[in-house]
Amino acid sequence: QGGGSAVIDMENMDDTSGSSFEDMGEMHQRMKEEEEEEAEGDAGAAEEEDGEFLGMKGLRGQLGRQVADQMWQVGKRQASRAFSLYANIDILRPYFDVEPIQVRARLMESMIPVKMINFPQKIAGELYGPLMLVFTLVAILLHGMKTSDTIIREGTLMGTAIGTCFGYWLGVSSFIYFLAYLCNAQITMVQMLSLLGYGLFGHCITLFVTYNIHFHSLFYIFWLGVGGLSTLRMVAVLVSRTVGHTQRLILCGTLAALHMLFLLYLHFAYHKVVEGILDTLEGPNMPPFQRVARDIPVGSNAVLNTTAKATALTL
Amino acid sequence: FPGLTDVSISEDIPVEGQITVPVGSHSPDEEFSTLDEPVRDTIMRDLKAVGKKFVHVMYPKKSSALLRDWDLWGPLVLCVSLALMLQGGSADSKDDGGPQFAEVFVIIWFGAVVITLNSKLLGGTISFFQSLCVLGYCVMPLTVAMLVCRLVLLAGSGTISFIIRLIVVLAMFGWSTLASTAFLADSQPPNRKALVVYPIFLFYFVISWMILTFTPQ
Repeated sequence: QGGGSAVIDMENMDDTSGSSFEDMGEMHQRMKEEEEEEAEGDAGAAEEEDGEFLGMKGLRGQLGRQVADQMWQVGKRQASRAFSLYANIDILRPYFDVEPIQVRARLMESMIPVKMINFPQKIAGELYGPLMLVFTLVAILLHGMKTSDTIIREGTLMGTAIGTCFGYWLGVSSFIYFLAYLCNAQITMVQMLSLLGYGLFGHCITLFVTYNIHFHSLFYIFWLGVGGLSTLRMVAVLVSRTVGHTQRLILCGTLAALHMLFLLYLHFAYHKVVEGILDTLEGPNMPPFQRVARDIPVGSNAVLNTTAKATALTL
Repeated sequence: FPGLTDVSISEDIPVEGQITVPVGSHSPDEEFSTLDEPVRDTIMRDLKAVGKKFVHVMYPKKSSALLRDWDLWGPLVLCVSLALMLQGGSADSKDDGGPQFAEVFVIIWFGAVVITLNSKLLGGTISFFQSLCVLGYCVMPLTVAMLVCRLVLLAGSGTISFIIRLIVVLAMFGWSTLASTAFLADSQPPNRKALVVYPIFLFYFVISWMILTFTPQ
């Protein structure tokens, strides 16, 4: 019926403000009133209308459809505005404004504990170095899993490696930031992310060395030495920014414990994953070759593994 | 300014000419519409563009053809073929076919996106899709390495085959990295090239690791 569609004036459907719900509500109200008028007049013809519009209840259906369409457009406009505001990567641009020399200097500094803890130490709020260090840690974890003749589920290991490293970096940073907020420490989230990220440099070095040279005692030396140095640096920086003995103790104790335990976990838990797979594949009569102390210089893992297997067989 | 007091043109010099700009005789519709050409022409044109880019990757010289007309066909084909070839190398082949394909796919595209964002944040002048295009096309040497590795593994899987595979994969990894840096490093400010090259190095390292540790079931 022409009378039905004339009620809905297409020009008035043009959005005026778009972001105020009052306009939407008003438009909706207006359409409802018109619809009610029409409904009273068209009560008789409603049954005929039903037959014409497929599946929708005549006039109400058409109005409903147009209201839905309008709300969709309003929603879409708001979403695209929010998207262009938050997904604009220019927000992150200042955190990536570094030179290679600065990155190298900060890497070196992350291993040197500061002595002056009475004066708040400066932390560079930069995200390039930490992000690259997290990715490097992922790559080192994957490299540590590389054994030539082993059938490894690469996909699962890759997923857990990425998840572990990023989860540690983001999760522990947030947790320590929360504790810092409770303990009144002067540190921002980006600075905390940066500090912890650079603290992973010690982890990278330790794991890189000990995944190639399989001495357990060597690992412990590196754990205490290298891991300890990077932890001491982070702790010293945090102590310089916190006031009060209890607060300092809580904050630094937590951070030191988490950082050192993470390195321990990475070395042993991943070892266990690999050895577990190896043991199930090769049977109990094969000695776990990764625990054999050897003086062979670092070479191809395959050559080492093959010779270890050969010697085990002859023994 | 005494010299500028009289700027009028004297009346005996005629000032004449055409104001209208001559419009091209052909309408723009005829030039740019490719709807009416046979399908074969369209496909061949795209295939030639993709082929030209492959050749550019094989001999990486500093040309802007790879950058100017970017397309993602080549990276898609390479990614799918690499993921297909990497399938079937797991402990139980019963149920591990699916996730491995998806993992390779996700890692390649996610890694490329991260590198692109990183290079943009460091002040690069290259656009998002151009960078994706270059990184995708430079996976080609590694796909060739995967092919070679599979062929070598058909022959046997001892130490010698491992050493051959190691050498091949290392060589192709170096080639990929050099090829992509030849294209991408130019778009960066000169003192920050190392900052952009490093993530590319890591990305191709992870892919090479996946190729090297592949063992068929």
